[in-house]
Amino acid sequence: MTATVGVVLFPGSNCEFDVIEAINTLGGDARLVWHGEHRLAPFDALVLPGGFAHGDYLRPGAIARFSPIMKAVERFAAEGGPVVGICNGFQILTEAHLLPGALQKNRGLTFLCRPVQLEVTSSRSVLTSDVPPGQRLRIPINHFEGNYTCDKTTLAELQADDRVVLRYVENPNGSIDDIAGICNPAGNVVGLMPHPERAISTLLGSNDGCHLLRSLLHSSSSDRHPAGADATAAAAGAGRLRSEP
Amino acid sequence: MTFSILVEVTLRPGIADPQGTTIERALPALGFDSIRGVRTGKAIRFSIDADEEATARATVDDLCRRFLTNPVIEEASVQVEPAIG
Repeated sequence: MTATVGVVLFPGSNCEFDVIEAINTLGGDARLVWHGEHRLAPFDALVLPGGFAHGDYLRPGAIARFSPIMKAVERFAAEGGPVVGICNGFQILTEAHLLPGALQKNRGLTFLCRPVQLEVTSSRSVLTSDVPPGQRLRIPINHFEGNYTCDKTTLAELQADDRVVLRYVENPNGSIDDIAGICNPAGNVVGLMPHPERAISTLLGSNDGCHLLRSLLHSSSSDRHPAGADATAAAAGAGRLRSEP
Repeated sequence: MTFSILVEVTLRPGIADPQGTTIERALPALGFDSIRGVRTGKAIRFSIDADEEATARATVDDLCRRFLTNPVIEEASVQVEPAIG
């Protein structure tokens, strides 16, 4: 069955259509979900795309965390539904406490926008379940606040539980332990700074992002999570945008 | 009573402050050779109605912890003064 993926659109998101294009190219069925909605259609997975939600005011993700849709996202995640935050989406997931730690400004004082080499270091997340640990991927990064940090206890837990899912081969931003992506204890919530949706064709320089997004689609179409969505929200309304009241 | 609040949000000691570093690096070119340890932050001002200063402070501390700062990387200092007029 085709996996349906909700892509949450915040004011200031700017990677949502790239994610939709990538998911649909790989055989999924991705639709936009407006952040002002209170309910989710019965999706198989959710993606929080990159960009500058709410202008990154106060801090990246600090305001987006309080968007109405986030309560439904938290429920979906708590019920085991796959949730992936890419770049700004990762920042939102940390602010929402769905993932530990924080993303601080890059060590080198500069905004970074270039392809990097990543190593998959754990297969226990929905985004890396089909990728053998040790596999290297070439995927672009595009961020100023991508320098992952957390306290020593959290880092020890992430390492001990095999929850660091992606590491930079050459650390571009000062991220602690070369971390590019992590997951929650259940493996269904994943945050990463690189943009797999921008690496789905060799015409774009790399199609290595397909490995990650295919894993997500496979994880989503399996029966590993109950329908985490609010069944009363009609699927037909899922792709429709509505302005905030 | 109404109180005027000033919250200063700064990065915790040990957290890199690229903006502060960049400002400090620019200073010698302007002849400011004696300035060290530049750190940047955000100033947030607002007013709050509360029965007494301690109540106002408790509310603002809660606000700082849950919203105005990310305690993983930031800390806040709070000034509370009776609003004038």
